[in-house]
Amino acid sequence: MGRRAKNKQDVPLPLEQERATGKVTKVLHDRLRHEKIQTRKRTANVGKTAPGKRAAETKAATSKRKRDEEAAKPKPKPKAKKTKVVEPESEEEEEEEEEEAESVVLLEGAPDDGWDNAPMASDSEDDGASMSEFDSDDDDDERQEPIALLQSDDEDSDSETGGMESYDEFDTADEDGEPVTFRDMEKRSRLLEAQQKAEEELAELEQLAAEEAAEGERALFTLPSAEQIEAEKEAPLDLQQVQLRIQEVIRVLNNFADLRDPERSREDYMTQLKRDMCFYYGYNEYLMDKMLQIFPVSEAVEFFEANETARPVTIRTNTLKTRRRDLAQALINRGVNLDPIGKWTKVGLTIFDSPVPVGATPEYMAGHYMIQAASSFLPVMALGPQENEKVLDMSAAPGGKTTYCSAMMKNTGLVVANDANKEREKALVANIHRLGISNTLVCNYDGREFPRVMGGFDRVLLDSPCSGTGVISKDASVKINKSQDDFTMLTHLQKELILSAIDSVNADSPTGGFLVYSTCSVTVDENEAIVNYALGKRPNVKLVDTGLDFGRPGFTSFRGHTFNSSLSLTRRFYPHAHNMDGFFVAKLQKTSNKITTTDDQVIVPTGSGARIKHKKRRN
Amino acid sequence: MRPLTDDETKVLFEKLTKYIGRNIVHLIDRPDEPYCFRLQKDRVYYVSESIMRKATSVGRHNLISLGTCFGKFTKTGKFRMHITALPLLAQYAKYKVWVKPNGEMPFLYGNHIVKAHIGRVTEDTPEHQGVVIFNMADVPLGFGVSARSTVDMRKVDPTGIVVFHQSDNGEYLREEDALF
Repeated sequence: MGRRAKNKQDVPLPLEQERATGKVTKVLHDRLRHEKIQTRKRTANVGKTAPGKRAAETKAATSKRKRDEEAAKPKPKPKAKKTKVVEPESEEEEEEEEEEAESVVLLEGAPDDGWDNAPMASDSEDDGASMSEFDSDDDDDERQEPIALLQSDDEDSDSETGGMESYDEFDTADEDGEPVTFRDMEKRSRLLEAQQKAEEELAELEQLAAEEAAEGERALFTLPSAEQIEAEKEAPLDLQQVQLRIQEVIRVLNNFADLRDPERSREDYMTQLKRDMCFYYGYNEYLMDKMLQIFPVSEAVEFFEANETARPVTIRTNTLKTRRRDLAQALINRGVNLDPIGKWTKVGLTIFDSPVPVGATPEYMAGHYMIQAASSFLPVMALGPQENEKVLDMSAAPGGKTTYCSAMMKNTGLVVANDANKEREKALVANIHRLGISNTLVCNYDGREFPRVMGGFDRVLLDSPCSGTGVISKDASVKINKSQDDFTMLTHLQKELILSAIDSVNADSPTGGFLVYSTCSVTVDENEAIVNYALGKRPNVKLVDTGLDFGRPGFTSFRGHTFNSSLSLTRRFYPHAHNMDGFFVAKLQKTSNKITTTDDQVIVPTGSGARIKHKKRRN
Repeated sequence: MRPLTDDETKVLFEKLTKYIGRNIVHLIDRPDEPYCFRLQKDRVYYVSESIMRKATSVGRHNLISLGTCFGKFTKTGKFRMHITALPLLAQYAKYKVWVKPNGEMPFLYGNHIVKAHIGRVTEDTPEHQGVVIFNMADVPLGFGVSARSTVDMRKVDPTGIVVFHQSDNGEYLREEDALF
């Protein structure tokens, strides 16, 4: 989807308020009304010639396609208009909107008879009835969805024609009396695109099936034999062949019963797949295993692909010095092409391209914004620091989250920014001063020393050091240099840090008592397992909702380990699904200061078994 | 971290007076919260007393920064203002110079300001007076010392220097390692 959105994108309109509503809508509306009448006639005619019954699905789909194409030809112009408002927003949002749009349409009293069932429907009736085409597609879509989902791989193939064809359907859509605002259009066009895609996928699937039927049996994919594998070690295949093989293996795995070689087990296929993907994407085997444990195979491929492309540059407005609108205007005047990140933040902007380095504009130097990954907004938003609180950022450098905290607190109260690395703290101090923040105290401790240095914080943010498996697109060295030992060491450190962080929180704080744990990693060992460990170790904390309305819920069970059921309140973010770095956010609330573990107390964990064994603590 | 000695206070305040004159009292007597100056590793920090008190629990070697850094004392006992003091200087500045958009980048790259780039100047700026530099949108860019009085500025040819550069926002990028 991310790629599709990118393909669609013309020059994006700069600002939300500019594209909100207004004159353009009116003009568009008029044009659409005019064209709608023509379209209705035309589609009706086609409808007559092709009385699509649901008898054969293939027939229905292909005829439908023909109809759509025919109808679409005379109108390329509005398409250009439409694409202009399709913004490359995070994919999650798109999905969300699609769903939303779909539900809206369904609510509008869709007639039961779809277009295909009632080919004579629309010629002369009034506005309300002409909705049927729109609705019927919707019904279609619902029916086709399960099939389409299986085919997530050939996503690109249909992106060319999608927008064009869907457009004429849009014409009838504006008949339902709803005001066609730009926002609305976006939703609708997305919905239509989705329908189109689903249709095409179905058609393709059927074509494929037809071909196969015609050919008799398509050549079965066979795994390379042991000798071949040996030979490959000497002279590796070229990447294209490996990629082909990956696709083939995935196809087999997705329909194992039919396509498998009866001699070979699933294990064999998986081994081959892993070997190929390690080679193709350049991961070490340990990490590849980890990733394949988290994702289903086809999603893992998407994840690896997403890691090969860089995430968009995003900036955060420093609300202490300027407003987003003013900043956007100032940057646009410098020729920067930007857009709001999404609806979930009011301070973020995505930079598409810029003739000047974004990190050296006068606005940057004046501290009007901070270059900050979209994902690192999330823990601070979850933490939600308030004015006059005392907040701790345990590993603060280079200060993106710290300064966001201070900005949210409007420079009141106190933010203690700690980092264990003195060199990185220079950047932290520079950023704090550049953004004009005066409520910070920067110190250099190992985070584990923390409740002893200073305690009683209203809120604590622990953006833990991690393996960085979520930010492979930024630092590809993670692919090869992370081993079992690193993970053991990191998870150990993370466990110590999270306990220190919990102990630094003051549960009696009238406004706070919260801890946010986040990592830029996607592995379960560093995320859910750590939080689960903390819940077991400190019975006086509980998980609460992060307040982030997107992202996937955390795992509650993973490879035989069952975690505390409240772990579904944590949030995971993925590069391929949300177009931001892989990220994990958990928000914990401390309910009491009294129940802390003492040396002799051993808490029996409620959930997982082998991974978490509690011993007496030495100190 | 310790309070400034009398000598240090004198040196610091003399320096500050060059830029903000008598407005210096506003730094000390604030309506919201009592603020103070603290010295930590040669650097002077301007910080609210509540934060300062909390910072006492942080060890000397571990404390990196607190509040706003104003500058540092050199080994010879002089005080050197840092760009980090700019927000407060800009707020209380007595003499201001506004530069045109075409003069913005040259100044931010560390150059003196020439006559051609001047947009506006506070009336009656004397010679060798500390001034704060703004762009035409009133965003503070840095500070310096006037090379001529306002009256003499008119007579200078367009390429003549009118404000000596002391510090500018570009230092956040250029001198990150030296500043902090």
